[in-house]
Amino acid sequence: MAKRAAPEINAGSMADIAFLLLIFFLITTTMGTDAGLARMLPPPLPPETEAPPPVNERNVFVVLLNSNNQLLVENQYMDIKELKRATKEFIENPFNKENLSEKKDQQIDFFGLYPVSKGIISLQNDRNTQYQAYLSVQNELQAAYNELRDELSKRKFGKGYADLDEEQQKAVREVYPQRISEAEPKNVGTKN
Amino acid sequence: MAPISTASLPDIIFMLLFFFMVSTTMKEVTFKVQIRTPEATEVEKLEKKSLVTYIYVGVPLKQYQSMFGTEPRIQLNDAFATVNDIQSYIASEREAMKESDRPKMTTSIKADFDCPMGVITDIKQALRQAQALKISYSTRKVEKNS
Repeated sequence: MAKRAAPEINAGSMADIAFLLLIFFLITTTMGTDAGLARMLPPPLPPETEAPPPVNERNVFVVLLNSNNQLLVENQYMDIKELKRATKEFIENPFNKENLSEKKDQQIDFFGLYPVSKGIISLQNDRNTQYQAYLSVQNELQAAYNELRDELSKRKFGKGYADLDEEQQKAVREVYPQRISEAEPKNVGTKN
Repeated sequence: MAPISTASLPDIIFMLLFFFMVSTTMKEVTFKVQIRTPEATEVEKLEKKSLVTYIYVGVPLKQYQSMFGTEPRIQLNDAFATVNDIQSYIASEREAMKESDRPKMTTSIKADFDCPMGVITDIKQALRQAQALKISYSTRKVEKNS
């Protein structure tokens, strides 16, 4: 057989094909930026359970959110900007005030015996509360916890909470456990 | 002047193409409800797409309003649903997952920022009943202004 040079394939249209595909992917693409506020729901209660033991009133930080998106914190009107500071003060209770949360010494890795707050945040909202208002409150509470944990880890380990290793993070979380309880919503003075 | 060689153009385009092919995720559902994402600062990224189940809540889009009204509705997959459908939806989604992934299942609630909390609360109660306790409120991250 006589040897013949294989005719070269014209690659000029390659760019066009690639462009076509590129444009297709450009249009259908949505970058994976899914983020949100993470929360755990309490497990469903079995039908006949005893009422939980009453919690000392000073250990409960009551946050109410009405249908006009107004905040009532511990029976006082409060602006959302104030909420983070108030929450931090309630949990940390730096001067061991009578009306803020109690503390109980607990054995924790890295820290030894450490006074851990027994405070619980009770959040209650109306059925007509705006979703964004509710999320803002959740966000502020989360921010309060995040800042407390961050400050503690800076004091103890000299770096931010996010830079700690898993064991250390766990210890810090034990010092400031996140206790947010959500009551069933009420219908306070609304139509439906 | 010699013309500029365009021989490497396909290579460049292919490189871009591969970048988009890798980073792309197809939109799984078409929204039938209007969702304007609420904002927050303390957001956490959702780790793995395959572990996440979505629930959409919002006012139906214009073309569906004659049938479904203007009250906020729940959308699961591609269809409108009621709160009662959530349990079976979660059960079927969980069934479709790998056994080892099931405890890590997260439910992401994508709701319009102007929804009343009533509908969200109903969803939360339904999720509790369905034992889907790990949830995430889908939000857009904004920077702190303090």
